[in-house]
Amino acid sequence: MNRSATDLPDDERPSTVTAGFSMGLVEIDQGARLSPLQWIERRMLSRPLIGPVAVLIIALIVFSIVSPNFGTLQNFSLILQQVQVIAMLGIAQTLIILTAGIDLSVAAVMLLSQVAMGRFAVSVGLPVEISLVLGIVVGIACGAINGFIVTKLNIPPFIATLGTLSIFYALNIFISDGESVPYADVPPLFNWLGTGFRVFGTTFTFGQVLTILMFILFAYILRNTAWGTHIYAVGDNLEAARLSGIRVNRVLMSVYVVAGLIIGVTAWLLIGRIGSISPTAGAAYNLASITAVVIGGTSLFGGRGRIMGTLLGSLIVGVFSSGLSLAGFDSLWQEFTIGLLIIGAVAVDQRLRKIGR
Amino acid sequence: MHARTRSIVAAAAAGAMALVGLSGCAASAGSDEPLVGLVIKTQDNPFYVKMTEGAKDEAEALGLNLQVASGDGQSDVDSQIKAIENFTAQGAKAILVTPAGDGIIPAVKKAQEAGVVVFAMDSPLGADSGIDGTFATDNYLAGVLVGEWAKAALGDTEPRVATLDLSTDQIPVDVARNQGFLEGFGIELGDPSKMWDETDPRLIGHEVTDANEAGGRTGMEKLLQKDPTINLVYTINEPTAAGAYQAVVAAGLEDQITIVSVDGGCPGVTNVQKGIIAATSMQFPLEMAKQALQAVEDYLADGTKPKNSDGLDFTNTGVTLVTDQPQDGVESEDTTFGLEQCWG
Repeated sequence: MNRSATDLPDDERPSTVTAGFSMGLVEIDQGARLSPLQWIERRMLSRPLIGPVAVLIIALIVFSIVSPNFGTLQNFSLILQQVQVIAMLGIAQTLIILTAGIDLSVAAVMLLSQVAMGRFAVSVGLPVEISLVLGIVVGIACGAINGFIVTKLNIPPFIATLGTLSIFYALNIFISDGESVPYADVPPLFNWLGTGFRVFGTTFTFGQVLTILMFILFAYILRNTAWGTHIYAVGDNLEAARLSGIRVNRVLMSVYVVAGLIIGVTAWLLIGRIGSISPTAGAAYNLASITAVVIGGTSLFGGRGRIMGTLLGSLIVGVFSSGLSLAGFDSLWQEFTIGLLIIGAVAVDQRLRKIGR
Repeated sequence: MHARTRSIVAAAAAGAMALVGLSGCAASAGSDEPLVGLVIKTQDNPFYVKMTEGAKDEAEALGLNLQVASGDGQSDVDSQIKAIENFTAQGAKAILVTPAGDGIIPAVKKAQEAGVVVFAMDSPLGADSGIDGTFATDNYLAGVLVGEWAKAALGDTEPRVATLDLSTDQIPVDVARNQGFLEGFGIELGDPSKMWDETDPRLIGHEVTDANEAGGRTGMEKLLQKDPTINLVYTINEPTAAGAYQAVVAAGLEDQITIVSVDGGCPGVTNVQKGIIAATSMQFPLEMAKQALQAVEDYLADGTKPKNSDGLDFTNTGVTLVTDQPQDGVESEDTTFGLEQCWG
């Protein structure tokens, strides 16, 4: 047993308070010879992004060979545009899953937040900027409600958010009457994230830029702040975190509120993506966001994973979807493949958990 | 503290349930008017919301006691079966249902055996369902109308056609609109009960969209990635068309591509007016509700059942092409008419 904090990869080094919540420490017998599989497993434990990166690169190479239209800069920009909303929801989802929770209500919160923006601006007639902020506040409030139910009522996140999924979705339909605000009535500010600029003859959107910036920001926060370390600690072992002086409920509550904020911003992103404000577009993104997190290598059991993995997970889904479509497969086979990826990712996670113990 | 919070919440929840229960009793008791149950597919679609409003107005005018139950999605058969059973148990004289699938047929038969007359609205049930009547849009004709319009509008331009459909499940409405469109446009069909088996080289491709904006956008992006020369796109409904248009604009192809659709929702007709959608086939949910309730009244008066439209196994509640670019030989109305008649 030669464990010490220095064995940890940089971005998982725990603070002194939480040393002891190891996230996949490896016991290495220096003398033994490793089989190739063991060697790969060791690499994957110390560098968890290796798996998703490898899948992504292989997929990119294969699809570029199969479909001549696939390997263009324009198509890569498109894929990122197609997955940006799921990826952003995935940031919120990753934070919650890292605490060993899960949020089944992310898409419902996004829709409610989005419909609220539309109602404040179009029906109530408030200034567009204020409506936008109020819509994001609705997202934060939904996050706070989730956090309250989890921390104060002691209801498991799965059940809590299963409940609020229905509640928020019903409110969204009630507020909107199930109707969309057509493109022509949507204020330009709401659509801003869908607009963009051209580089090398390719269109990029401000929404893509925002998505990338948010990933960098939250990767930094998780690596370099006490809050980030506490999130890992709470997810790895709640009781131990509590005993070492972390105010567990406060951490959990803050995670749900921050997730609500991210989702509120994502509502703005969704309007930019589809042009109109629809109470049903994207209702299926609850599970899609979890898919992105899981394929990105974050453990559903909490405490281990990377925010950048979620970006990779979203891109993998997007690359397979685009690649299979361009190669002439029906979307049936896209779903089929994504199912395989999910099971594969979790199988790898289980294996790593076993040897990392 | 926690125990206390929990007991307060529990008490509040119990109180709320008691109130709901009481108000339910109050609503059903004391009415001498014949009870009619309306079972819709889902409340998150303005089509059914509008249909419900129309049904309530018509029921009031006819002196019928209308109660509404909703399923939880386009294919939620389970909730609809429960709703049919509950209305039957409550002693409903008639049930109107927008079937989410043929899975409700046994429940319909049981209701009929208990003496309830059952009519379908919007979507027909399978051929030997034994339903007492059906009020629906001729979705095939809806497709034919936009197909014929598109053929005339394209004129001598070499057509490069793509379709944005609902799902891979070959759902009857999806198939009927798609195949109607292709026939109207003059593309030879394979099996008319199946989408995507056509071999005409003018047909570039198809994608599925879940019939919403996000799916329309992504689907259109994929189609353009496959072949940027597409110049005509059929879409399953107007939200899909709106999403597809976003992709067309992003690719800078709005002058090259004509989008046609089906539905007649108000946001859709607004988009026709703005030139985003070139033409759409409008259906009439209010008319469905109105005709179905009148059929209930006729039945309660003397037991007559509704007649099917010529050549169809349902009563056609009408479909009208709406466009601001009328074509010779294709009957259509403009968006002024469309905005007066649209739903949602």
